[in-house]
Amino acid sequence: MITLPFLVVFPALAAALLLLISRDSWRRLVVWAGAAVTGIASLSLLFITPESGPLFYPVGYEVLSEGMFVAELAIAVFLIYLGIKYRKYLAIFLILFQAALLVFFETGRGSVLHHITPNLFIDQFSLIMALIIGIIGSLICVYSLGYMATYHERHPNVPDRRRSFFFLVFIFLSAMFGLVFSDYLPWIFFFWEITTLCSFLLIGYSKTDESIKNAFLALNMNILGGIAFAGALLYIIAVNPGGELLHLHSLIQSSHAIALVPAVLIGFAGITKSALMPFSGWLVGAMVAPTPVSALLHSSTMVKAGVYIIVRFAPVLTGTMEGLIIGLVGGVTFLLASAIAISQSNAKKVLAYSTIANLGLIVACAGVGTYKLIWAAILLIIFHAIAKSLLFLCVGTVEHRIGSRDIEDMTGLIVRMPRISVMMFIGIAGMFLAPFGMLISKWAAIEAFSDAQFGLAFIAILAFGGSLTVLFWSKWMGKIISMCPVAERVENNISTEKWMVLSILTALTVLVCLIFPIISAHLIEPFVLAVYGQTTRLSQDNITIMAMMLFLLMIMPFSLLLYRNDKRIVPAYMGGRPTTADLTFQGSMGIQQHVGLCNYYFEEVFGEQKLFMAGSALCFGLILLVGTLTAGVAL
Amino acid sequence: MMHIENALLFLVLAPVIGGLVAGIDRKITARMQGRVGPPLLQPFYDVGKLFQKEQILVAPSQNFYITAYLVFIVVSGALFFAGGDLLLVIFAFTLAHIFLVLGAYSSYSPYSFIGAERELIQIIAYEPMIILSAVGMHLVTRSFYVADIMAAKVPLISYLPGVFIGFLMVLTIKLRKSPFDLSTSHHAHQEIVKGVTTEFSGPMLGRVEIAHWYENVFLLGFIYLFFAWNPLVAILVLAIVYFIEIVIDNTFSRVTWQLTLKSAWIIAGLMGLANLGILYYLSGVVPV
Repeated sequence: MITLPFLVVFPALAAALLLLISRDSWRRLVVWAGAAVTGIASLSLLFITPESGPLFYPVGYEVLSEGMFVAELAIAVFLIYLGIKYRKYLAIFLILFQAALLVFFETGRGSVLHHITPNLFIDQFSLIMALIIGIIGSLICVYSLGYMATYHERHPNVPDRRRSFFFLVFIFLSAMFGLVFSDYLPWIFFFWEITTLCSFLLIGYSKTDESIKNAFLALNMNILGGIAFAGALLYIIAVNPGGELLHLHSLIQSSHAIALVPAVLIGFAGITKSALMPFSGWLVGAMVAPTPVSALLHSSTMVKAGVYIIVRFAPVLTGTMEGLIIGLVGGVTFLLASAIAISQSNAKKVLAYSTIANLGLIVACAGVGTYKLIWAAILLIIFHAIAKSLLFLCVGTVEHRIGSRDIEDMTGLIVRMPRISVMMFIGIAGMFLAPFGMLISKWAAIEAFSDAQFGLAFIAILAFGGSLTVLFWSKWMGKIISMCPVAERVENNISTEKWMVLSILTALTVLVCLIFPIISAHLIEPFVLAVYGQTTRLSQDNITIMAMMLFLLMIMPFSLLLYRNDKRIVPAYMGGRPTTADLTFQGSMGIQQHVGLCNYYFEEVFGEQKLFMAGSALCFGLILLVGTLTAGVAL
Repeated sequence: MMHIENALLFLVLAPVIGGLVAGIDRKITARMQGRVGPPLLQPFYDVGKLFQKEQILVAPSQNFYITAYLVFIVVSGALFFAGGDLLLVIFAFTLAHIFLVLGAYSSYSPYSFIGAERELIQIIAYEPMIILSAVGMHLVTRSFYVADIMAAKVPLISYLPGVFIGFLMVLTIKLRKSPFDLSTSHHAHQEIVKGVTTEFSGPMLGRVEIAHWYENVFLLGFIYLFFAWNPLVAILVLAIVYFIEIVIDNTFSRVTWQLTLKSAWIIAGLMGLANLGILYYLSGVVPV
């Protein structure tokens, strides 16, 4: 059981080491070793996780809690310093407010709580999260080595602060492990704050005006969530001065009347962290950071912390009005973020909105919170993490080769960068097509909502929102696979490191679709069973058919061999005009005209500003409503 | 649960039925336009001829996408007639169309490119309604399996009239009938040449045609579900519905994509969702 504290401490140690060394070869060694050990250690958790229910690991050092409190205050001081330096007064105010709540909590709990032993714990859900963090997070770290080197060649005006970059990335992993293994809520809060801090510093990495602005946006929104979290802690010790309910598991199992208020407050913190509307702005803004940071924030860390905590509290939320409204916030976010993604041509922005949409869907599942929906939500978390990290890293690689992250510039990428394009293709397919991962979850969610209370609203959201996702993904796919005949191949000079990471992620995307019944049977179902007393799965028939479809898809490319003899390639139809291969033709006035093909973006229908405003207003209203309801319960 | 024999029957019979329906369609259309029209078996002659032609390509990968399109249309239809999960059928059906769209994209040709974009708009226009139809059938029969829905003792249509009207609306899109034949059309009057199929020729176009036949039989099967409690009524309704589609095809001019999307979604919202909402409200009354 030593693995749990090891996984929390080890990345932090690696991080400290990385902060000290500046030689590139040493850094490479430490990152590789750190990533490998973290990955292997998280895999080894597979063998120690119990078949059912959580396994607790008491950590009997009261001094740790004290240390965390001091560290939180130190972070607050550091953030206030930065706030003064960049004159962000709102941030200073929020930080001060949060720090005041913390001090109040710490003095309030006083000596009463000294007899409480904080626990680390592991159950199947923590294990799934740990695997995502340990494997995908580590892969992204390795990828960053090559990426950051190129990044600094391309951006000579950005000061080379790679030491702090890798420091922060590993601290991030450490904090995420701490978050999913902690049972003691003040500890979860501490790690929660660390992720906020790390994301803030990573978004502001390049220190341009834009990145500083966006970093503070992320900070403000996440501190707002932190304040709600601290409020939950205060509420708990107010109603339960003994402090037993500060343990996550005791709190969830306690009566609805007590647990609901902290569940909603922490749910609100989860909404800010997972960037649902109206707090989506920070995640979209976060794309100014180097691409591996986006990959990390979107797939294995940060936003997943938000949905993790909401899924944890789902048993408390289920069947309540508050849970339903939180679910609706997720549903509205899913629908509108999917629509906004249609109007975006910046690949990273499309990915950002698609992440927001999927997080919305997860929260919608968790808010309504029946056992079937929790099953679907956890499946979504897994599939999304893999496919999204793959897509971000692909976009990052493409960006460095063709110098653009605009989807319009990716025309004919299959000719220019065939291998990357196939990987990107698989990643996109993983996001929306049968029989790949995300679609399985969407399907499970439709089935589950059709049995849930008020499920119709969510089914409507899924039916319409789901088809919107089809549109923006397929037009991107279409851009990549256009066989632009004159494009030049530019796939050389991509380091083996990057290839390795991308290949593993691609393989994982396909592999989890093949073995998801096993993942479901051994990891998701026992968790759902332990929490709800009943569980669900896809029927055997359907699994067989999906497997057959996947198999069919994998052998289909070989059909190209069948047509090897079809050699007669002709130019595309251009109204009978003589045309060159790159679609240049002689116009009627004798001028050479060039044909350019550009996707529809439907700005007037799916415009970002309009929909974002509408979504924010709607979700803000819903959150106010849930706030009022909860205040009614609390008082 | 699964009826493999039905799936095999579908594999063999669907192209025959689909081709015949297409022949009848052309005949009736011709009569409406005051022409004699081609022989009933003309669609078969046409496709036979396509397969004799030399295959010319714009991009070699087209072959892959179009084969995948045909295969997955067949898979989704076979799964449907085997009595499989309706949602899985719908997802496989969407997958098939994505392959058609990708085939059009891959050729890097202006006409098929616009056709592909329009086909995508059509997909997002009809998909919500089809999913809502499946959910509606689930609400009444408590099962997503086609086999169970077929076995339902109650007339689904009396519970799902709004959903049925919504489905007819998207059927017009799916059958590529005017006014919603945006991406490609059976008629000669097409402003973007042949749209999504512009760059497919010879045997490849033949495969697209056959896929379309399979698809039409699947769609007719979907309508059949609404009336499954009485096969005679069901077949009569199928005939009437198809005739109405032909009349609509011949009386309306093509609309813009905006209107297509809007009207499909509004109908799905008004008819489908309102119908489902009432069912939800009354769900105590619905037999299980």
